[in-house]
Amino acid sequence: MYLRVWLCTLAALILTAVPAFAVEDDRPSMEQMWEIIQQQAKEIEKLKADAAHRDQRIQDTDLKVEATADAVEQGAGSADSAATWAEQTSVGGYGELHYNNLDDEAGGDDVDEIDLHRYVLFFGHQFTDTVRFYSELEVEHGIAGEGKNGEVELEQAFIEWDYAAHQRAKAGVFLVPVGILNETHEPDTFYGVERNRVEAEIIPATWWEAGVAFSGEFGAGFSYDIGIHSGLFIEASEGTAARLRSGRQKVSEAKADELAYTARLKYTGVRGLELAATVQYQTDLFQGETFAGESSIDAMLYEVHAAYQSGPFQLRALYARWDIDDGINTVTERDDADQREGFYIEPAFKITDQLGLFLRYSEWDEVRADAGSDMSMSERMVGANFWLTETVVLKADYQDQEGVDGRAELDGFNLGVGWSF
Amino acid sequence: MIKNGLVAMLLLIAAGGAHADTVYQAPDVFVQQAFEGAAPQMQTLWLNRELKQGVKSILHHPFATMRVRYWRDGSRTAWILDEIGKERPITLGVVIENKTIMQLKVLTYRESRGGEVRHAFFTSQFIGAMLNNKWQLDRGIDGVTGATMSVRAVTRVAQVALLFHQHVTTGTTRVAQQ
Repeated sequence: MYLRVWLCTLAALILTAVPAFAVEDDRPSMEQMWEIIQQQAKEIEKLKADAAHRDQRIQDTDLKVEATADAVEQGAGSADSAATWAEQTSVGGYGELHYNNLDDEAGGDDVDEIDLHRYVLFFGHQFTDTVRFYSELEVEHGIAGEGKNGEVELEQAFIEWDYAAHQRAKAGVFLVPVGILNETHEPDTFYGVERNRVEAEIIPATWWEAGVAFSGEFGAGFSYDIGIHSGLFIEASEGTAARLRSGRQKVSEAKADELAYTARLKYTGVRGLELAATVQYQTDLFQGETFAGESSIDAMLYEVHAAYQSGPFQLRALYARWDIDDGINTVTERDDADQREGFYIEPAFKITDQLGLFLRYSEWDEVRADAGSDMSMSERMVGANFWLTETVVLKADYQDQEGVDGRAELDGFNLGVGWSF
Repeated sequence: MIKNGLVAMLLLIAAGGAHADTVYQAPDVFVQQAFEGAAPQMQTLWLNRELKQGVKSILHHPFATMRVRYWRDGSRTAWILDEIGKERPITLGVVIENKTIMQLKVLTYRESRGGEVRHAFFTSQFIGAMLNNKWQLDRGIDGVTGATMSVRAVTRVAQVALLFHQHVTTGTTRVAQQ
């Protein structure tokens, strides 16, 4: 009995003591704890270092991506010089195809024709930020050559230099700063299939000369152009028309005995408005030669215009006048050839972004009229432009001319397609 | 007569003096002003395919670069963008807030003609402009005679800046009906 009690007590002691001994054996000692903490600290440091390394690699990768993008965008590598040249060189152009269906009310000079009136290519090159080249090469009427209707013309070829803030100088062949269309004549920028008769006959646009010119801004919306350049040369004989348009030498071995001077003042200080005035002095339209006993025929050109746009409404108006030495009357056997003038007014309204309608009334002196007859011509025109895109346009208009005995009075319609890029 | 004219022109050149400068405002100055002197960190917008297509449909040519720098503070963003007028790039700064143009400024003008687009009478037309659902401005822009191509360039940059703003602030190029 005594033995049984003793064994039970021993068993109970064992059962209660063994788990206590087991827990006490698994618990790390202080030394072990310190070792574990140090290992964990090392792990944390390693993780931190890895994270920092990854951040650095991400930053490095970002820099490499940026550098790669820079290189791609700037055209790096062996093509660098070619890419730079290409960036500094510009190419553009415009063209217009016309169909004219016009009846001559005064005679038999009907015009029924289709004509690739102009095909033009622009080339420009930027040498530095302040020096550039610009040119415009044109083929007129589809085909050029001896006995052909068309011409190949270099209408612009000049070097321009920004010699001061907002001040430029240019030398070469350039468009004379006069009128609305002479300098800006891409077909998508004006109404009407053909360019208006006043600027073509009186100014006479498109008109380019060779010389030097300066342009710049005064501030407050005012700008100026002045130039010295080659002049007109009217190779007249007694009784000829002495048409100024025919006097354009087009810088083709042009006679430069006497030069011409042009000055323009322009104001664009109000939204949508352009006001401009040009004065030009031709020192001698005969370029030192004598025709029909007359020589030293000087002339002054005056031109003013206004262009205004507000929302869908647009208005253009222009007046131009030549005062020529009265010796020209002797040559032309007229008493009114020393004064030639013209004007037009053109309201237009855009019905949508693509479709615009216009009216134009023009009067001008048609100097080719027979001696003794009235030179005055007038034209009423109505038409529409439809822009397929901003720079591709379809045009249609109807014209009704009146005036001058012996000159064609062309009535009828014109169709055209024009583009620029 | 010829001598007198040449002398006058030489005097005009001499009066010119300094080198040309077509920078009307430095980009960093523009950005500082856009955020009232506290410009945020510059960010980069990488153009994804959707953005590239959107920009191309506005400009009528592919966008020249792969990414665009911009600045953003909440719903206000500022953009410096280039677009060619006739021959040379025009640099413009555009500030947009809540999908609306707050400011548009010509920072650098390099073309020979058409510089009138830098005047406030022209650029003020863009203030308040938003995109419609065809990525067009919600208003007509009056042109400048003789500066047709510069006007187009400025208008397109305004559209592109609004598209970029739409993308970075909403994550989409889709424009909700106003």
